[in-house]
Amino acid sequence: MKYVDEYRDPAAARLAVRRITELAEGGRNGVPYAFMEVCGGHTHTIYRHGIEQLLPETVELVHGPGCPVCVIPMGRVDDAISLAEQPGVIFTSFGDMMRVPGSTSSLLEAKARGADVRMVYSPLDALKIAMANPDRRVVFFAVGFETTAPSTAVTLLRAREAGVTNFSVFSNHVTIVPPLKAILDSPDLRLDGFLGPGHVSTVIGNRPYDFVPQRYGLPLVTAGFEPLDILQSVVMLLQQYADGRCEVENQYSRIVTDEGNPIAMRILQQVFTLRPHFEWRGLGFIAQSALALNEDFAAYDAERLFALPGVRVADPKSCQCGEVLKGVIKPWECKVFGTACTPETPIGTCMVSSEGACAAYYTFGRLHKTAAGLAAASA
Amino acid sequence: MTAVQPEGRQELVLERVETFRRRRPRLTDKVVTLAHGAGGKSSAALIDKVFLEAFRNDALEQLGDGALLELPSGERLAFATDSYVVRPRRFPGGSIGHLAVHGTVNDLAMCGAQATWLSAAFVIEEGFPIDELTAIVADMAEAAATAGVQIVTGDTKVVDTGAADGCYITTAGIGIVPEGRRFGADLVQPGDVVLVSGTLGDHGVAVLLARGDLDLEADVQSDTAPLHELMEVLLAAAPGTRWLRDPTRGGVGTVCNELAADAEVAVVLQESALPIRRPVLGACDLLGIDPLYVANEGKLLAVVPAEQAEAALKAMVVHPLGTDSAIIGRIAAEPERIVLLETSFGGTRIVDMLVGDPLPRIC
Ligand code: SF4
Repeated sequence: MKYVDEYRDPAAARLAVRRITELAEGGRNGVPYAFMEVCGGHTHTIYRHGIEQLLPETVELVHGPGCPVCVIPMGRVDDAISLAEQPGVIFTSFGDMMRVPGSTSSLLEAKARGADVRMVYSPLDALKIAMANPDRRVVFFAVGFETTAPSTAVTLLRAREAGVTNFSVFSNHVTIVPPLKAILDSPDLRLDGFLGPGHVSTVIGNRPYDFVPQRYGLPLVTAGFEPLDILQSVVMLLQQYADGRCEVENQYSRIVTDEGNPIAMRILQQVFTLRPHFEWRGLGFIAQSALALNEDFAAYDAERLFALPGVRVADPKSCQCGEVLKGVIKPWECKVFGTACTPETPIGTCMVSSEGACAAYYTFGRLHKTAAGLAAASA
Repeated sequence: MTAVQPEGRQELVLERVETFRRRRPRLTDKVVTLAHGAGGKSSAALIDKVFLEAFRNDALEQLGDGALLELPSGERLAFATDSYVVRPRRFPGGSIGHLAVHGTVNDLAMCGAQATWLSAAFVIEEGFPIDELTAIVADMAEAAATAGVQIVTGDTKVVDTGAADGCYITTAGIGIVPEGRRFGADLVQPGDVVLVSGTLGDHGVAVLLARGDLDLEADVQSDTAPLHELMEVLLAAAPGTRWLRDPTRGGVGTVCNELAADAEVAVVLQESALPIRRPVLGACDLLGIDPLYVANEGKLLAVVPAEQAEAALKAMVVHPLGTDSAIIGRIAAEPERIVLLETSFGGTRIVDMLVGDPLPRIC
């Protein structure tokens, strides 16, 4: 635990903020630096520790697409609900997926209507449920980036080893690099660099990000999840500008290596195959951006075992999640933010998970000025 | 925040959100979901629309931990009820039996009353082991004896297998409020101090871990305990105590939000002052749950005048249930109806009402 405390030290924070203020002086040609934190975990840390108002006006953080719950399109949620409502099925899901709205309802509502939906903390829990209920069919709703995909893969390997036949996976695993490319290719992009996804990088390493400086001329610093990690990463990004460098750097070197975790990568390859394309909520179809179970695991693939509606549902017209995810607009600039779209009645997925940019802004970011003023007054 | 965006619009949107937030939450759902029972916004909406609407009266509209009722003699009664459906029924530090007694005793204590009599009603699923029932009832007897309260009436219903999950208990209690005692959000003033009687989140985390769904082991005990004595200790040391609550479901975060809304003040908490045990913090960090929203079953949260805060703290820390008591925040005039947390890291953030159950994050 001492480990953690070092990264929450207010004195170190003040030092880092001073450095940021110096380096970011005047912004980038008079406009504030805009850095995107790719990962939902970063967004959470930023709000939880009140980091935004520690930063000078010359640095702005943009919340990226790295909240795995936020990027699942409505049609897939509908499919999940239809799976959950099949007779004899126990449908298992991570907690924060349960409130995500499909086109007519959410898993939480399906549960209230009588579907057997159970919250689990890991895919292994779902496998345990399957082994304890041999007469039921247990489906696991797999979501997440390369961070959670290995544990789904390990679970499938175990299920096969143990000869479990009543367990299957509805895979919605996605990969981080393609959406980054999609964001970088967007014509209205306005970003000066990235805080790279720390957790994902523990698996895939730092190499896959080389294209960001090379092709798009933007720096990327892989960042950890403690508040000081975020500030240090911002310092490193600004330092690159000051030095006239543009490269991939690793702030999270206590965990992340350039090569990542070859064992995890191998397990992923054993179980998954890349889908030709996958729809991302707000971002549309992105080629080779998601993982399906491969032929070897067909017997565990819920998409093959069950008939799914598989209907593509367009995002609501009023929904501007795509623009928010790309950092083109801030949550509050969406027309329905805070009126039709609130955490109780989310329209877009960014409002559903507490890591979603809109929900985070709604919950923690409001009145940040008042809060900052008050903090200053009491300091 | 953004130099390229017109400042005015953001202010407007924020204001709009603020007005929206001030409205009592509205019930839009067609069916009851678990969120309606979680103590956050959804619960408030359900209570407003369904129960208050039908039962409306002055005592109920206080929406306190218990109702305050005046007898013809002029004496005041506190009257409270609560149902207990915890799973698992036994967890480190206690059982559903302890909770059923402590919960109602504490609701009364938060009205300033010593519980005198309790009722207990059981809904039992067919097939429930008599041995387990006996053990639960023994826990209730033990808890009642320590709290100095008698269980004087009761009821038993048995339902078909599957119609209930084991055993549910409802208790109600009555106690007399000594003359001159009055607490309320309307007495709370800027400058007052917020006190808590010990570590946060022990009960919620203990129960979560005891469910065994998590491959996580930590030595965390539920804090279930009767608070009537500690309440008296506090009042003796800080007779000016303005407001009292036990932060059960929804935790300190939810209760502070209710206080901020009812008193039309800001509650400013200091993260570095929050007493939280290491294993509780560790489990919460791992699950992505904020300990501020995790349930307690043996803690009281009090607002006292600043000049009585030290005395209150000194008195509470010598009571066995209050050894970890701490001053965790203060009341400010602005920003109205908001709970702020000054983070240990030097930032400030808003602690909002939860929408439903705190759902663990996945990454
Ligand atoms: S406010 Fe709602 S609809 Fe608009 S971008 Fe955010 S989540 Fe999407």
